Amino acid sequence: MADPIFEVRNLDVRFTTHDGEIRAVKNVSFDVAAAECLGVVGESGSGKSQLFLATMGLLSSNGRATGSVKYRGKEILGLSQRKLNRFRGSHVTMIFQDPLTSLTPHMTLGEQIMEGLRVHSHVPREEAEKRAVEILEIVRIPEARQRMLQYPHEMSGGMRQRAMIAMATVCGPDLLIADEPTTALDVTVQAQILEIMRELKTELKTSIVMISHDMGVIAGIADRVQVMREGEIVESGAVEDIFYRPRHAYTKVLIDSMPRLDKAEDTAAARSAIAPDAVKLLDVVDLKVHFPVNAAAWITKPLRAVDGVSFTLRQGETLGIVGESGCGKSTLARAILQLLPRTDGTVVWLGRDLDAHRKDDMRKLRKELQIVFQDPLASLDPRRTVGQSIAEPLTALMPLLSRAEVSQRVARMMTRVGLDPVWINRYPHEFSGGQNQRVGVARAMIVEPKLVICDEAVSALDVSIQAQIVELIADLQAQTGMSLIFISHDLAIVRRLSHRVMVLYMGQVVELADREAIYADPRHPYTKALISAVPVPDPKIERARKRAKLTGDLPSPLDSRAPLTFLKSKIINDPNAEQYRPKLLQVAPGHLVAEYDEVI
Amino acid sequence: MLSYTTRRLLGLLPTLFIIVTFAFFMMRMAPGGPFDSNRHLPPEIERNVEAAYNLDKPVYQQYLIYLDKLAHFDLGPSYKTKDFTVGELIAAGLPVSVKLGTAAMVIAIVFGIALGTVAALHQNKASDYSVMMLAMVGITIPTFVTAPILTLIFGVYGVDFLGMNLTLPVGGWQGGALRNMILPVTVLALPQIAIVARLVRGSTIEVLRSNFVRTARAKGLPAHVILLRHVLHASLLPLVSYLGPAVATLLTGSLIVEQIFGIPGIGRYFVQASLNRDYTLMMGVIVVYAVMVIGLNLAADLLYAVLDPRVTYKR
Repeated sequence: MADPIFEVRNLDVRFTTHDGEIRAVKNVSFDVAAAECLGVVGESGSGKSQLFLATMGLLSSNGRATGSVKYRGKEILGLSQRKLNRFRGSHVTMIFQDPLTSLTPHMTLGEQIMEGLRVHSHVPREEAEKRAVEILEIVRIPEARQRMLQYPHEMSGGMRQRAMIAMATVCGPDLLIADEPTTALDVTVQAQILEIMRELKTELKTSIVMISHDMGVIAGIADRVQVMREGEIVESGAVEDIFYRPRHAYTKVLIDSMPRLDKAEDTAAARSAIAPDAVKLLDVVDLKVHFPVNAAAWITKPLRAVDGVSFTLRQGETLGIVGESGCGKSTLARAILQLLPRTDGTVVWLGRDLDAHRKDDMRKLRKELQIVFQDPLASLDPRRTVGQSIAEPLTALMPLLSRAEVSQRVARMMTRVGLDPVWINRYPHEFSGGQNQRVGVARAMIVEPKLVICDEAVSALDVSIQAQIVELIADLQAQTGMSLIFISHDLAIVRRLSHRVMVLYMGQVVELADREAIYADPRHPYTKALISAVPVPDPKIERARKRAKLTGDLPSPLDSRAPLTFLKSKIINDPNAEQYRPKLLQVAPGHLVAEYDEVI
Repeated sequence: MLSYTTRRLLGLLPTLFIIVTFAFFMMRMAPGGPFDSNRHLPPEIERNVEAAYNLDKPVYQQYLIYLDKLAHFDLGPSYKTKDFTVGELIAAGLPVSVKLGTAAMVIAIVFGIALGTVAALHQNKASDYSVMMLAMVGITIPTFVTAPILTLIFGVYGVDFLGMNLTLPVGGWQGGALRNMILPVTVLALPQIAIVARLVRGSTIEVLRSNFVRTARAKGLPAHVILLRHVLHASLLPLVSYLGPAVATLLTGSLIVEQIFGIPGIGRYFVQASLNRDYTLMMGVIVVYAVMVIGLNLAADLLYAVLDPRVTYKR
């Protein structure tokens, strides 16, 4: 290997906490060579972030690092902040996961990019401004000069992360450490950011450390990979070796639990067949949910969160709903559950129009319709034991049950979701994320509902845990014959469970088809872009792929032209005009595609 | 923002109306009247006096008359301080109180921010603990204890420091001479310094732990740049919300401090007017106080929006 620019030897990171000392990183040694990309993979709690925060002298005050970190042969661990600042931020830089909280809210983008440059290179203001504009163009921020005057909250997530990258590269660093830079972003935006980082590596010859939990992201960019688990490096090697010839069992688990879009589905068992005579459970017709938003001082505009969505769902069927943040998928779920008032449209449940229902009817309906939320810890009451949380729907909806009967059912349900019933008196904070989500599933399932809506139910979990929860939900569906609406931004997960898939864009359906048809034969350009943006955990395929690219940001949902991004020929050029609504055309039996322009 | 400010200012009127109404009737429910303590007057004269001030009319009529005058910015004559209108009395007292309060607040802000920030930067170290202990003492000891003690030391015993006579006057105002201001301002500022310091310490510690400060450190910025440019701005935001009502309280005069040091501010009117049943003076002080509290709270909210670009006031 060429001269390493970054050498880490026997690095230990310890934290002093109330519960004693925690060793987050255990005796880790590795090198980073010039112009290479090192991928660091691991699940939450593997110590991968703390490892690199330690090398940059950024540990929190209760943390302590020992060992050796050398940058170009010079020891930098344990240097005073002042000495460390000679290359921190100029030669070695770091970007973080959440670009909103990682940018200073009260400073404009321009100020934040230029201050590093002015501190490290002592260039005059005009020169700094010129360099900042240049770097913003490299990271493809359009209208860079105007953007420099904006505050972070005025930009989209993708723009913010680009700004972070600009900030970290403006001094021309040798090494850029990226800590989960795309985790908080939508897939299409993630694809754009990864593209930019690949360019930095090849064109500016910057070494990159890419920290990620996503094997697909790593496959696309890393030259070498090291896998971390519980503070240790369990395996490291060239990217091909890691992906094609993994030796450590944990590496294999990580690769295998990644759902893959490029391979034929091997988990057919995850879905049970629908009976041919299955009854129609749910019929949603032209559902609309609009929120009034203050556009100017005295004017409100409707934000069309859900704008005319129709679909049906049969007993035992799973409908996957995919789309990027802001597409209205969660609003749709809440409107179906009557947790939000709808602006227009009907929801028919087993032949009865839900509008006609009264409050006590809704209570009965709650027994048949349940939801599992995204953040398992936040959606459980921290002051109630998991047993109480699971039992609550039962006591609320079936008040005639005896206490003994309730606790018996709770214990049975806990066993079914893979929780030991002796944990019944534990509190949510005593459980891991995966276990808490099992509690969430148990809470939804205990009243034996006919339909469960899973709103990003596995998105916050590690991949290996994700796979387990998906299996669990599929098993429960096979046993009970319930229907599922599975909402996710992750197309691969949705494919695993769904019979049919609906793609939403700006509150409207752009494509609805059987699972096979959507993934094998996507028609709408947005569906194509979504599918091709999902990284595949296979270095050869991932690097050779041609992507159907979406450029730029999602348009503002307040702009009535937004849903017509793919049908520009019908746009009336006025953001407030009543626009043409793309019709859903049937291109094959059961395959609906919204109108779009052939050439954009 | 403009329309927001207009709306808030319009909202001031109903609030003021409620305050005035409530205060007016509360005061009338208390026994006694403005002329009860006078030598007994012959009934005819008493009736004449009462008629002159409309006190012979039913209370609701008096209320309507008062509202009408108030709408014309007329606070009426003082019942007890003869030959002065309430407007004149307030015009004489308010500037004194404002001067005293402003001086105390400026000192409190400067020292409070400095002490709070130092404590936050040395969290859980000796300097932090000593600042916080002093702050606790500052908050718990009331002004009617600190004022006499300081008066005793600097006013009565006198202090000779390196031959300089640092003895300060124990009271009086003398048109706001510096020597006369030192003691009352110090007494007023001490608890405020303590409160501001605690507030700033808490918010600074929170900001120091935030992700954007980590980013600033990762950029390799020197510590003083991080503190002045990234931390202070964010950590002072909670202070702005506190300062609105706090400034109003200080500016409108501290009853106790003005009483102890014999300062002709607006605070003593409060006490005198309520004891004497000087209805109009009492109402005048209440109106001034209410306008100041509402106005300064609005100012704090607007300042907040200027300091935090994420906050916009629409509608």
